[in-house]
Amino acid sequence: MRRYSTFNLFLIFLGGLILLFILAPLVGMFLKTSPVDLIETAKDDDVVNSIWLTLSTSFCATIIFAIAAIPLAYLLARKNFFGKRFVLGIIDLPIVIPHSAAGIAILGFISRDTVVGEIADQFGLNLVGHPIGIAAAMAFISIPFLLNAARDGFSAVPVRLEKAALNLGASHFRVFFSISLPLAWRNIVSGLILMFARGMSEFGAIVIVAYYPMVTPVLIYERFGAFGLKYARPVAVLFIIVCLIFFVLLRLLSKEKTDANS
Amino acid sequence: MLTVNNISKKYKDFVLDDISFSVNNEDYFVILGQSGAGKTILLEIIAGLIKQDKGKILFNNKDISFEKIQKRNFGLVFQDFAIFPHLSVKENILYALKSKKLDKISTKEKIQELAKVVNISHLLHRNTTTLSGGELQRVALARTLALEPDILLLDEPLSSLDIILKDELRALLRKLNKNGQTIIHVTHDYIEAVTLANKVAVLHNGKLLQIGTPKDVFQNPESKFVANFIGIKNFFKTKITNKNKAVINNNIEISLVSDNTETEGCLLIRSEDILISDKQLEASAMNNFYGEIIDVYPIESNYELIIDIGVKLSAFITETSINKFKLQAGKKVWICFKASAVKFIKT
Repeated sequence: MRRYSTFNLFLIFLGGLILLFILAPLVGMFLKTSPVDLIETAKDDDVVNSIWLTLSTSFCATIIFAIAAIPLAYLLARKNFFGKRFVLGIIDLPIVIPHSAAGIAILGFISRDTVVGEIADQFGLNLVGHPIGIAAAMAFISIPFLLNAARDGFSAVPVRLEKAALNLGASHFRVFFSISLPLAWRNIVSGLILMFARGMSEFGAIVIVAYYPMVTPVLIYERFGAFGLKYARPVAVLFIIVCLIFFVLLRLLSKEKTDANS
Repeated sequence: MLTVNNISKKYKDFVLDDISFSVNNEDYFVILGQSGAGKTILLEIIAGLIKQDKGKILFNNKDISFEKIQKRNFGLVFQDFAIFPHLSVKENILYALKSKKLDKISTKEKIQELAKVVNISHLLHRNTTTLSGGELQRVALARTLALEPDILLLDEPLSSLDIILKDELRALLRKLNKNGQTIIHVTHDYIEAVTLANKVAVLHNGKLLQIGTPKDVFQNPESKFVANFIGIKNFFKTKITNKNKAVINNNIEISLVSDNTETEGCLLIRSEDILISDKQLEASAMNNFYGEIIDVYPIESNYELIIDIGVKLSAFITETSINKFKLQAGKKVWICFKASAVKFIKT
């Protein structure tokens, strides 16, 4: 009995190569890092602080920008207007431009001699080299992921349900919060997680806006440049572990929430 | 009273053209039309979900053409029910009650009362994603009735139900109407119009072709389309007296095949099923009547006879038979049809 055709074997072979390509470097890195090094690294204040900084700035950037991004995604899913394709193009820009170039653009936007910089200055803030500057860089790079996921989510909510809610006497605000948002929630959460993840892993734009305080991707780069592969590796491994734990937790939490809804 | 005056709407490549009609309070108004005739758009314009390009809508003499959806108080039941999938049955009904701002106890009582009316008390705590089509339909109806709408707008409410559920829902709609609920019901099925409506409008390609009582529209179609579209001319309010017997017009007894007894309803006989003869036929057909031809006129490639047997019956007949039996107005003939050709619909 032949269970696999030649074609299927061919597909499995190629697919396997790709999986290996993704997994092998990561597994290799884990294997080459001794638990002792890992524990040492976890005790290193610089590392721990940078991981906290990275997680918290990315988290805040995601939540704050989501407040405006989710309504925008709704607008884009529901309304047709002149120049909509242009707006959609703008939204995808951060994905296609080089991140170091994005960093230069943001630096030019928030540095002290700009309007934004001057306003911040009046509150005694220098955005360059400040977590706010880091958050701005993270959000700039990662917001397309949230916008696109949320837009898909809203598009999938039948317009009829919103019409029915209006007919039942609900205001547009109530319809948005009680019908559209809960039904698109699964996609929005995916978008939030993606945005958070993408912000956390950003290096190119952040390194230009703020070398200090050091987010973990910058710290890994710095350790690699100053001390070499052996010193950079445990930080990388630790950061990956922390990220994975966070994603699994977020996925589980969001799953519970959506299950309760369905 | 709802008055729709010269409503026009261009929607993509569809045009709703100069629609005018009025619906009195406690009317059961059926808008009959094929799919794509513009029925749903018309309902949504009345509900305020779509804005008309031209024309006015008046309710009790007040212009509501540009009134907000939420303020119109017309409850629309969508063809696919539009039940909120993330809410339970009870929460779906509660959604409509929120805008009523009732206190907790009245809300609870109201939900129980509505659930009882549409017979879903046992479903209140169920998740809506596991309900059948008929159950969803009832939830949608309860949710809309919670608004206590001035007019209930129904978009093809019976089309997705099987025959038994259709009968049940038809009876429920009838009951609601009898209790004073004004209903506008759009459908493609003329039987729904015959059995439920006290006023019918025929909509075709965005135009209203005819409005009137079911008798007016079905027995005197003003256009060829209406004549072809409405499938039946012989329909009568009836009561089944005992098994397999029904009485129409208080004095004419019709034999039929039915398990119902002591039931009111509507009786339908297709014009094609009626036979004409000079003498009474010795045949198995149970229904034999003697009557006078009132009118003969051509339709399509055949002729239609109107025969008075105490009530007026329409029969289709070929030109050959017209000539053979020398059928003309004033002539007396025998007609017969089988008991199994008589259709009874409970209302």
